Amino acid sequence: MIELNDVHKSFGKLNVLNGVSTRLEAGECIALIGPNGCGKTTLIKSILGMVIPQKGDIRFQGESIRDAIEYRSKIGYMPQIGVYPENMNIEQVFDTIRSLRPTGQNTDTDLYEAYRLETMLQKKMRTLSGGTTQKVSAALAFLFSPDVLILDEPTAGLDPVAANVLKDKIIAERKRGKLILITSHLLDELDELITRVIYMQDGRIAFHKSADEMRSESGEQRISKTLLRVLNQQGYE
Amino acid sequence: MNSITRFILTDLLRNKFILVYTLGLAALSWSIFALEDNSTKGILSLLNIILLITPLVSVLFSTIYIYNSAEFIELLLSQPIRRSRIWNSLFVSLLLSFTASFIIAAGIPIILFVDTNTALVMLLSGVFISAIFVSLAFLCSIVTRDKARGIGLAVMSWLYTTLLFDTLVLFLLFQFADYPIEGLVAGLTISNPVDLSRILILLQLDTSALMGYTGAIFNQFIGNTAGMVIAIAVLSIWWLVPYYTSLRKFNRKDL
Repeated sequence: MIELNDVHKSFGKLNVLNGVSTRLEAGECIALIGPNGCGKTTLIKSILGMVIPQKGDIRFQGESIRDAIEYRSKIGYMPQIGVYPENMNIEQVFDTIRSLRPTGQNTDTDLYEAYRLETMLQKKMRTLSGGTTQKVSAALAFLFSPDVLILDEPTAGLDPVAANVLKDKIIAERKRGKLILITSHLLDELDELITRVIYMQDGRIAFHKSADEMRSESGEQRISKTLLRVLNQQGYE
Repeated sequence: MNSITRFILTDLLRNKFILVYTLGLAALSWSIFALEDNSTKGILSLLNIILLITPLVSVLFSTIYIYNSAEFIELLLSQPIRRSRIWNSLFVSLLLSFTASFIIAAGIPIILFVDTNTALVMLLSGVFISAIFVSLAFLCSIVTRDKARGIGLAVMSWLYTTLLFDTLVLFLLFQFADYPIEGLVAGLTISNPVDLSRILILLQLDTSALMGYTGAIFNQFIGNTAGMVIAIAVLSIWWLVPYYTSLRKFNRKDL
């Protein structure tokens, strides 16, 4: 569904992506993990077209995303920290984002309803807590029932109930054949969600394996433990 | 008006700072004309306010607002819309709020207390100055990712056009007093939007006679219709070029 071919990106002298090549397929929930500064966010932003790679090619459903904008109507993005214009209320944010999408695109209000956002439509963005802002971001990402969901630290800041709602939603969407790309440092909570792991190190993909493969290789049931073990074996601390 | 522009404009109109700026400017303008029985004196006092406060507020507020919108711009970019549309919407919204603030706050007393010709020139200058410094804010905030540095640049652009530039021109005048450099100085002066606006307004007043030979040169330079066209052209360049430069950078920028 998404193909990356030898993607290079450097900011000045700093090489952030050093030839990333991989394929991300529909129906998978992929965890993108790695130490701070390994290029995760840059990779995500490259897929979203916010960062323009110097070299290499990114294809979305077979078409290059360079200078393309249409493909983004098939992506839902949830940023790590959502900051919205402070004097606007939740309703206005939703209306505006809705107006930017092609008319007639299916809307999926599951999260919107689960988080009971309709009860606080008139609240100004400035007055919302960090967790509520995250709920808005999550509901916006899932709103158009996109084929691809890109979630940057989705559960950070959410209370356990809200985080569980989001996890269930992620699992349900994967079962419907969506591609979900998650970055997170909270390995434990990824366990029940993910089907594949991409580990990045120094701007390269150190490995890309399925979760089952990792479990059987290490003999551990929990991905988080497995991951620590694999990393230790490979000499990544 | 597209939905992003409407959205950002609504946010700006509810912003307390813009409200305070508009009310403050209105209070100043009204009280200046109410206190001075001589309207020329009133115009001169208001002139300094327009040429100092308006640019500072426009450039500083816009720069900070653009930096604070960074995350929202990213979210908009993840939607299927063109980059230029986002940047244009931001520009149009800030432009509209500052020019509208100026017209509502200072424009009404100007129209009421000043003769028509002078009032038109003052309004034009004020609107252009607001627009030019909003445009400069876009350039300042695209040049560097660092908010503090961007704000520093914004303040420098204000300091340069309103204060440092005059010092430079004065220095030139004194150093080369023995040479016929009036033409050069006049050319230099109208290249600065703030000085150009000041001269445009001063030439409308009788006090321009006090400017002596230089005044005569300016009068010859921009006192006629052709001069007015040149003046508007210079102001338009200052208004459009910084913004278009920033737009081109934004279209290729990594966010």
